[in-house]
Amino acid sequence: MPVTTTRDTSELREIAKELRVQIIRLLVEAKSGHPGGSLSEIDILTCLYFGAILRYRPDEPSWPERDRFVLSKGHCTPGYYSTLARAGYFPDEWLMTFRKIGSPLQGHPDRTKGPGVEASTGSLGQGISIALGIAIAAKIDDAPWRTYCMVGDGESESGQVWEAVMSAPKFNLDNFCVIVDNNQVQQTEPVEKIMDLAPLADKYRAFNWHVVEIDGHNFDEILAAFDEAAATKGKPTAIIAHTIKGKGVSFMELSPAWHGKAPSAEEGERAIAEILGGTK
Amino acid sequence: MAATATRQAFGDALVKVGSDPRVVVIDGDTKNSTFTELFAEQYPDRFIELGIAENNMLGVAAGLALSGKIPWAATFSTFIVGRLEVVRMSVCYNEANVRIAGTHVGVGIGDDGASQMALEDIAALRALPNMAIVQPCDSIETHHAVEYLTFEHVGPAFLRLTRQKLEDVHQEGYRFVFGKADQLRQGTDVTLIATGALVQEALAAAKALDGEGVSAGVLNIHTIAPLDVDAIVGAARSTGRIVSAEDHNVNGGLGSAVAEAIAEAGIPARLVRVGTRAFGESGSQEELYDRFGLSATHVADAARSLMG
Repeated sequence: MPVTTTRDTSELREIAKELRVQIIRLLVEAKSGHPGGSLSEIDILTCLYFGAILRYRPDEPSWPERDRFVLSKGHCTPGYYSTLARAGYFPDEWLMTFRKIGSPLQGHPDRTKGPGVEASTGSLGQGISIALGIAIAAKIDDAPWRTYCMVGDGESESGQVWEAVMSAPKFNLDNFCVIVDNNQVQQTEPVEKIMDLAPLADKYRAFNWHVVEIDGHNFDEILAAFDEAAATKGKPTAIIAHTIKGKGVSFMELSPAWHGKAPSAEEGERAIAEILGGTK
Repeated sequence: MAATATRQAFGDALVKVGSDPRVVVIDGDTKNSTFTELFAEQYPDRFIELGIAENNMLGVAAGLALSGKIPWAATFSTFIVGRLEVVRMSVCYNEANVRIAGTHVGVGIGDDGASQMALEDIAALRALPNMAIVQPCDSIETHHAVEYLTFEHVGPAFLRLTRQKLEDVHQEGYRFVFGKADQLRQGTDVTLIATGALVQEALAAAKALDGEGVSAGVLNIHTIAPLDVDAIVGAARSTGRIVSAEDHNVNGGLGSAVAEAIAEAGIPARLVRVGTRAFGESGSQEELYDRFGLSATHVADAARSLMG
């Protein structure tokens, strides 16, 4: 069954709103998990999965010609699983089993349990290398499919990220696109205070990547960036997406406290009302 | 055949299995030490040089494996163990069919000294639930192991290889069976359970003991994980005296594995573990085996200590 996709940004905005609600619901049910980075990544995931960027078949998760997506910032599963459920990889009911014993929806992505999960991640800095290996495999075979990888800004403090960034241009991987969810906040403090990464775009440029800087909550800009990445020849593309951690829920926005804490039932209701109110 | 380092046999074997287009080799700028340069010359399009960045190298290997390739990632074993968490998460937890070759193991590497000597790789990798660990004792066994791991094995695997040359213990026609101990010599008084470079030392020790009227069996443990527990328990039951021998720290290595097997089986046997207990140092292989108590003489002495 083909996935219904759209390039209409008002439709995509509605889908993202729906997914934000789902994120809050499953976190309330699980009583643990990571809301901040899930809310910052969700507009990008919405465009990737429902904006006709990623080619995939939910009823055939191992379709050889599929595009691959690796969530290197593996803790942001609430956003990822909500997206995969909406894409049709598994029923919405599964979301309510998140983090519970026996659930395929582990706290961090497990490719052997959750359909649609390309790589098991959760130890920060590692997913980008796995994605790089996937992109190299496609290049060796001259295969048409593309590889996407989402990396966190806090995650980019890890040396392995830069080993991967250093090495990707060597292989002329124009089939490889990294998205940095630059949401400004990590587990305990703002990224700028823990370890300032600026100028992040310049760092990627210096490693010979094609770089696009966007507002990661602007659907037109997200779609255009993915199109630009696909059209870029001879080098990998890094999309530096400037986002807001906790985006859409005012009391969570840019707050380290909401990196890895689930909202209570009452907080969840407030969050959902705000999301549906569409004020943010 | 002349004595050959198992790293060199590995390089030769890679060229053979490389005729399968799924095979890719990944290097961290040690290709002239690991002999993967032989593969690089033959199949340049499937040779991936990632430089001195082993975390990335192992992660890329996982990605290649998840995409249907059969990747061999090779470098010095100590650099692999240094990236244990990537082996754990990107390779093992992903159930990625990555083959890792760790060369320059043990004090047997000689002059380069302690920093390059992997003496804890078996211990570290043995704690990963699905990691196969194979350590061949000669060139012929290395060829068999590479072929098996490339084409038949499912799941992550580690191949432990020597820098120094090893005499051929096996003949052409030897049948390598993954997970099954290789009984090289029967004995009734004591069993020498050895792996890798220590197999030839154990055989020499058994010969010396024979001259003294001590009948020593030799068991070659080429597959350290999963361990052939039945063979080890059987040896403990039949001889009651066991010497384990490895160029690796006795803690967590073969010696520990043998001790665990015997203890869990409840067999009343005595055990002496030959292996290292300290960091290595520079010197010739012969001098270091003498200093660290790994030579045939030491293995024989360990057996003698059990004969009283």
